[in-house]
Amino acid sequence: MSEIADLQDQPWLDPDAVPFIRMQGLTKNFGDFTAVSSVDLDIYKGELFCLLGGSGCGKSTLLRMLAGFETPSSGSIHIDGMEMSEVPPYERPVNMMFQSYALFPHMDVGKNVAYGLKMDGVDKEEIRLRVGEMLALVELSEFSRRKPHQLSGGQRQRVALARALVKRPKVLLLDEPLGALDKRLREQTQFELMNIQEKLGVTFIVVTHDQEEAMTLSTRIAVMDAGKFVQIGTPTEIYEYPQSRMVADFIGSANMFEGRVAENGADHIIVRSKSDGADFYVDHGLSITQNSKVWVALRPEKIKISKSIPTQPGTNQLKGVVQDLGYFGSLSTYRIKLASGKIVSVTVPNQVRPRHGRHAVDWEDEVYLSWDAASPVVLTK
Amino acid sequence: MSQGQPIGIMDRIKAHPVSHLIVRDGLPRLEHYLQSRWKTVVVAIPFIWLLIFFLAPFFIILKISVAESLIASPPFSPLFDWASDGAMNIRVVFDNYSYLWEDELYLQTYISSVKISSISTLLCLLLGYPIAYAIVRSSHTTKHILLMMVILPFWTSFLLRVYAWMGLLADQGTINNFLIWLGVIDQPIRLLYSHFAVYVGIVYTYVPFMILPLYANMEKLDMTLHEAAADLGAKPFKTFLTVTLPLTLPGIIAGSLLVFIPATGEFVIPDLLGGGNVLMIGRVLFGEFHSNHDWPVASAVAIALLLVLVIPMMLYQRVQAKQAEEA
Repeated sequence: MSEIADLQDQPWLDPDAVPFIRMQGLTKNFGDFTAVSSVDLDIYKGELFCLLGGSGCGKSTLLRMLAGFETPSSGSIHIDGMEMSEVPPYERPVNMMFQSYALFPHMDVGKNVAYGLKMDGVDKEEIRLRVGEMLALVELSEFSRRKPHQLSGGQRQRVALARALVKRPKVLLLDEPLGALDKRLREQTQFELMNIQEKLGVTFIVVTHDQEEAMTLSTRIAVMDAGKFVQIGTPTEIYEYPQSRMVADFIGSANMFEGRVAENGADHIIVRSKSDGADFYVDHGLSITQNSKVWVALRPEKIKISKSIPTQPGTNQLKGVVQDLGYFGSLSTYRIKLASGKIVSVTVPNQVRPRHGRHAVDWEDEVYLSWDAASPVVLTK
Repeated sequence: MSQGQPIGIMDRIKAHPVSHLIVRDGLPRLEHYLQSRWKTVVVAIPFIWLLIFFLAPFFIILKISVAESLIASPPFSPLFDWASDGAMNIRVVFDNYSYLWEDELYLQTYISSVKISSISTLLCLLLGYPIAYAIVRSSHTTKHILLMMVILPFWTSFLLRVYAWMGLLADQGTINNFLIWLGVIDQPIRLLYSHFAVYVGIVYTYVPFMILPLYANMEKLDMTLHEAAADLGAKPFKTFLTVTLPLTLPGIIAGSLLVFIPATGEFVIPDLLGGGNVLMIGRVLFGEFHSNHDWPVASAVAIALLLVLVIPMMLYQRVQAKQAEEA
C-alpha cells in the first residue's frame, strides 16, 4: 500500500489533515462529580469512531455534549469548523440514534422517518422520496405504515437508524446501537451498520461498553475511564499494543506478570518475574530503566500449550498443571496452575477432534507453555 | 408463551405433554373450574353494585319522569294501576319532557350549564396541564410533596371550602378588604354571586381531577422522546405540538371529562357562589324537587341532563377502550 493511500485511510496519521470534529479541554461537572475531565479529541471525516468504556466512565455524557443535550462546563466543540457550545440541539448538524431508539409511538414508521425533514420544512414530494429511499436502505419499505409497537427489536433499531440518517447529518451519534439486540442479530446488524456507513460516508461516533462491538465496527477506538481517555488507537493497536494494564485487561483478557527489567538491550528486553519463576524475552527495545518495575501482558491465544518439554530451554516458557478446561467447540480455554500458584489462561483452537472422549491436553496433565518473543507486551503503568 | 402473562392450563399442556396425563386425574380440571368460577364472582360484584345503586335508581327516576304530578304521597301517579275488571293499566305521560322543551327557561339553563362547565374545563386544563407537567418533571421527593398538595384539599369538607370562598369573595370579604386597604379600589367590587365566583369555585374544586389523570399519563411519557424531537430539528414549541400534546391527549380527554361531567350537574357551587344570577341545571332541579314539589318534572330534568352527558361519557369510554387496546 502506498503511503498516500495509507494517509487517506488513516487521516489521523497525517499531520496536515483537518479534523472534522475537534474537542478541546472538554469538561462536564455534575455538582461535585466530574463526568468528563478536560478531554481533547480529533475525529476525522468518514471515521467510525468508538467511545468505549464501562458504565459511568463519561462516554454517554461526551456523546450528549456533542448532540447538545448537555452544556459543557468548560472547553469547546467544533464540528466542521463551527463552534457548537451556543448551538441548541435542534440546530446542530448532528443526529443521534438513541439507546432506547426513542421512536415516536403515535407515529407510524414512515412518519417517524419523515419527522426530521418535516421540521426542516422540506417539501412534501422530496420528503416522500427521501423517506422511501431511506426505508429501502434499511430494508423496511413494506413496514412504512406500521406503528413502532408492531415491530421487532431489530426492525425498530433500523427505523431509528433511518430516522437519524434521513436528514443527512454531518455526524451520526449512536448510543449503544446494538445494546438491545440479541447476540445473533447483533452480529448481523454490526455488518449492516458498517455497510451503511461506508455507503453514505457519514462520520459515525458510537458509544459502547461492548469491546467486541467496538473492535469489529470502528476505525479507531477511544478507551475511556473516569472521564478521561486512557488510550486512543485502531482496534489492532488497542488490542496488540495496550499502553496500560487497564486497557490490556478491559479489551480482551490478558495474563499479567509482575517483574523487573533484567536486561535492557537496543533490540530486546528481558523481564524477570521472580514470583512466577519466568524470564520474558521481548524482541523489541523500549526506553526503560534497568531494574524498574514493569508488568508483562500475555494474551491467552498467543500461548502455545504442549505436553512435551520445549526443545530450547530458557526464556519464554512456563510449566504448570491443567486445573480447568472450558470446551467451547471451536476452541478450548485452559486454566493452568503454575508452581507459584498463579493461574494462566490459554486459548487453543480445536484443530484435532478429541479421541475416545479425551482431549489432547486434558485435566491434571502436566504441560509446558511457550510463546513467541513478539507476543509479550511490557507495561509500565 | 410470553413471559409475565398468567399461564393458562392449555398453555401448560402444550408446554409439558406430561401434564396432559394429570388432567385425567382431575386435579387441574378442578383448578380450572375454580378459576372460572372465581372470575365470575369477581366480575359479579361490581355488576351487582351497579345494578342496585345505579341501574335501579335510574329506572325509578325514569319511571317518575313519565308520571303525572299529584298532591299525594308519593307526589306522582303510579305507573301501573288495576282497572276494575282486573286488567292492568300502564300510564306513561311525556308531558314533563315536552314541558322542558316548551319552556325556554330549561333549554337556556341546559345551554348555560354546558357553557359554564365547558369554560371551566378549559380553564382547569390550562391551569392543570402545566402543573401536572411540572410535577412529573420535579425530583422524586418534591414530586410526592406536590402531589400531596394537590390531594390535600380533599381532606376537608367540600362544603366548608365553598363557604371559605364565600368569605373570601363577599363584599366585606378578605379580597375586597385587602384591595381597599391597598387603595386599588375605594368601593367593594361585586365578586360573590356572579359568574366569576362560579368559575372560581368550579375551577378550584375540580382542578385536581384534571391534574391527577394528566399526571398519571405524563408519568409514562418517555422524556427521551423530547430529546429525539429536538435532535431531529424541532424547536421546543414544535416538540410540544407534535410529540408531547398527542401523547398526553388520553390524559387530557380523561381529565376534561372528569371535570366536565360533574361540573355540568353541579349544584352547591352555583347555589352558594352564584346565587340567583347564575343559571345552572342543578339549581333548577333542586328548585323543582324541593320548592315546587314537582317530582315528575324534576325527574325529567335529571333524565334530560343524563342525555346531555351521555355523549361525552361514551366518548370517554371509547378513549379508554382504545387505550386498553394499545397497551
